[in-house]
Amino acid sequence: MNTASVSLGASVSSQSRFMQLVLTAFLGMFVVGVVGFSHIDAVHNAAHDYRHSMAFPCH
Amino acid sequence: MNLFRNVVFIAAIAGLVAGVVLACMQAYATVPLILKAEVFEQAEGGHNHAAAPAAPADAAGGNAMNSAAPAATTAPAEEEEGWAPADGFERFAFSVAANIVTGIGFALVLVAVSEFAGGIGSWRQGVFWGLAGFAVFTLAPGLGLPPELPAMPAADLMQRQIWWVATVIATAIGLALIAFRTSALLTILAVVLIVAPHIVGAPQPENFESPIPEGLHHQFVVAVTLTNLVFWLVLGAVVGVVRGRFTGTATSLRDSFA
Repeated sequence: MNTASVSLGASVSSQSRFMQLVLTAFLGMFVVGVVGFSHIDAVHNAAHDYRHSMAFPCH
Repeated sequence: MNLFRNVVFIAAIAGLVAGVVLACMQAYATVPLILKAEVFEQAEGGHNHAAAPAAPADAAGGNAMNSAAPAATTAPAEEEEGWAPADGFERFAFSVAANIVTGIGFALVLVAVSEFAGGIGSWRQGVFWGLAGFAVFTLAPGLGLPPELPAMPAADLMQRQIWWVATVIATAIGLALIAFRTSALLTILAVVLIVAPHIVGAPQPENFESPIPEGLHHQFVVAVTLTNLVFWLVLGAVVGVVRGRFTGTATSLRDSFA
């Protein structure tokens, strides 16, 4: 995967690399999930206009 | 955790830039339409979604905004109301914050996924990755669940969210198969994956009667789609630029995106 190209953190082992990237992707999805999909009222109200503007399912 | 730190750093910068750009576009293109829709919502007496019991948000927004109807603030719907930002600056500030935070969230996903494919080496590759992100997160779910304005009829929230997430995942896998696998069989599978959620169909409301004029909604759909397109293009391009500076090999990293 990272033999031919210069990659970020190319020195780390491929297993550690895989885990770190998966972890990062999950962190990102978690952040988007909380702001865009949480059913908590206060969170919904705070990001209300944003949710509509992103076409996220909203109330 | 060197790689993790680098990815987070790049995503933070790209998400911040793209989030601010998106917030500016929303302030002019989408939020005015949302406020207009809330006037219609107020005119018909607040919320009436049978399928959405926990939906008090824009009743508050509409009440506070529509100073001609102060009596409505004592409506019973108000009792289940959670905290909401005050209209005007506070509401705008929370929208900006939501844009930046989720911009960084989307950037984390984009950078992590693209690293598996060799990384985004330049702003031009970033633009293509941005197009993919737009297709996955805006186009595909938007076909079944078009951007909706407050007071528009909609199916059960949970079901729509499940359909939205499933569509995003299926489309992402489908596009990845097309871009990174060369076999015809996998390409056919990819097309099936992309089409399948729309054959299943998005959850639809029981009836389509809406107080929102068709023209206003159409304007909103166009505004949302285009602002999201620009957001994704900026996000991808900034990732490419920042990552290029980071690794010091801006252009020669990979010759093609696929």
